[in-house]
Amino acid sequence: MNKFLRIAETHPLTWRLRDDEQTIWIKEYCNKDGYKALKKALKEMLPEDIINTIKESGLKGRGGAGFPTGLKWSLMSQNKLSINRRYLVCNADEMEPGTYKDRLLIEKIPHQLIEGMVLAAYALNVSRGYIFLRGEYIQAENILKKSIQEAINFGYVGSNILGSNFNFTIILHTGAGRYICGEETALINSLEGRRPNPRSKPPFPAVFGLWGKPTCVNNVETLSNIPYILLHGINWYKNLSKSVDAGTKLMGFSGKVKNPGVWELPFGTTAREILEDYACGMKSGFFLKAWQPGGAGTDFLTPADLDIPMDFNNISKAGSRLGTALAMAVDNKTNIVSLVHNIEKFFARESCGLCTPCRDGLPWIVKILKSLEKRQGHKDDVYTLERLCIHLSPGKTFCAHAPGAIEPLQSAIKYFRSEFEAGISKKNIDINKKIIGIQSN
Amino acid sequence: MSIKFQLTNEEINEIEKHKKDYENFRAISIEALKIVQKKRGWISDQAIYAIAEILKINPSEVEGVATFYSQIFRQPVGRNIIRYCDSVVCFLTGYKAIKIALEDFLKIKIGETTQDNRFTLLPVCCLGNCDKAPTIMINEDTYSFLTPESIPCLLESYK
Repeated sequence: MNKFLRIAETHPLTWRLRDDEQTIWIKEYCNKDGYKALKKALKEMLPEDIINTIKESGLKGRGGAGFPTGLKWSLMSQNKLSINRRYLVCNADEMEPGTYKDRLLIEKIPHQLIEGMVLAAYALNVSRGYIFLRGEYIQAENILKKSIQEAINFGYVGSNILGSNFNFTIILHTGAGRYICGEETALINSLEGRRPNPRSKPPFPAVFGLWGKPTCVNNVETLSNIPYILLHGINWYKNLSKSVDAGTKLMGFSGKVKNPGVWELPFGTTAREILEDYACGMKSGFFLKAWQPGGAGTDFLTPADLDIPMDFNNISKAGSRLGTALAMAVDNKTNIVSLVHNIEKFFARESCGLCTPCRDGLPWIVKILKSLEKRQGHKDDVYTLERLCIHLSPGKTFCAHAPGAIEPLQSAIKYFRSEFEAGISKKNIDINKKIIGIQSN
Repeated sequence: MSIKFQLTNEEINEIEKHKKDYENFRAISIEALKIVQKKRGWISDQAIYAIAEILKINPSEVEGVATFYSQIFRQPVGRNIIRYCDSVVCFLTGYKAIKIALEDFLKIKIGETTQDNRFTLLPVCCLGNCDKAPTIMINEDTYSFLTPESIPCLLESYK
């Protein structure tokens, strides 16, 4: 996090961060407004009030899909008659290539997440919550363990929290390294100790989730937003933003830029502002060729799109997805086919293998891209890639893994078709001519 | 004659400790695999049976979980696990040179273990360190802003 002026009124998620980048433990967190929202909510607010506040605040899920959090919560509360236990799961399985925001929140300011979880649990009448943390985040695991214990010692987690008769325990669960576990229903299967294949929806987790009980799965950044919304109100939160999406978002730029990083910015900040003012532009000798707005599973955009405000609607109108809003700059010296080959190799490796289009289609794409990269492609390869993009598009596969995987591919073909065609071997074209007498186009 | 595989009391206690956190024993399978792997380095067939017995589930279900995750090893590995991030930002910032430096120094290919059993080399998905790429992880430590030249010195510190 770079040293830009951060104040509580404009940077609810990051104003507490220290310049020496050390973790903020409970005493410092409490000195900086920590657990104030929890005290206020338990004393003054009913669970329905909290759900309504979150609903009206316009908070959208920060995991990438942008589903309204209040709506997700109200789906849980509709299930009032259920005598079942309910669960809250914090999705901290951050494995999307190019994404590094949750790690910052967990490692530097863990109590913000814990407070958000306790508030969410109170609103949703949940007595047990899990943090599903990816296995590779060892440092984050140690920090969370210590923080949860601190919160228990201070009476913010456990039984009879602040004398309110409300009980909530947090269990830290670590994964063992699979990208698919970040998918809501696969995460639930993984938590249950099953193979993490996604589940068919409906029924949605709010009705039938962890061990068949109503379950709410929220991202780390989403939960970290809760305390300050409850403390300062809906209007304040909406006014933070420069666009229709409420609040702030952790955004950043990585790649060959001078100052890669992550910053808390209002929705509606343009990518150019982030790239030029915060990331300080491209490294000398490099120019921006393309960029991905939010992780490896989002469509490429071009330098002409840099002035589009970063929010869910505007990025979507430009033909991509906001995703995690952690943008990546592709420089002019990078071959786009090699880059897409790298991305698709990741998605092929991480396919859970449950449904055929994804299991077989992605390795097929990788194979074609590999031969195009070596300039040994066949005449129809680009056409085949386009067909595969259609066959792996939304609705054709069991979950969103394959549709996410083909987003960078289809946009790369759209903008840089000639680079793909350059990978077609001249020898292969000549062979075709000789064999069947056809002409290459 | 093969020696009968037995979980140590320490391992059993550690696994049992997690039982209260979940609605059923199956949910502890990943944790149990990690606990057993911690000291032994990898998960043998006998370990699968032993874990299945303690969790009271079918061994094939434990096997199903064990083979799914990249952090669970079903064959022996070296004392130190090197995971280099090969995701897109590390690709842009030069992970390939790091990979070549690792392979050259260790004289092994990806997925292999050095003859002296000192290192195993594996790829890993994005380590969430993209603003400090390229990055690798050795055992539990993450290293950022790597250069191919820094590899030999770094690896020497792992015995």
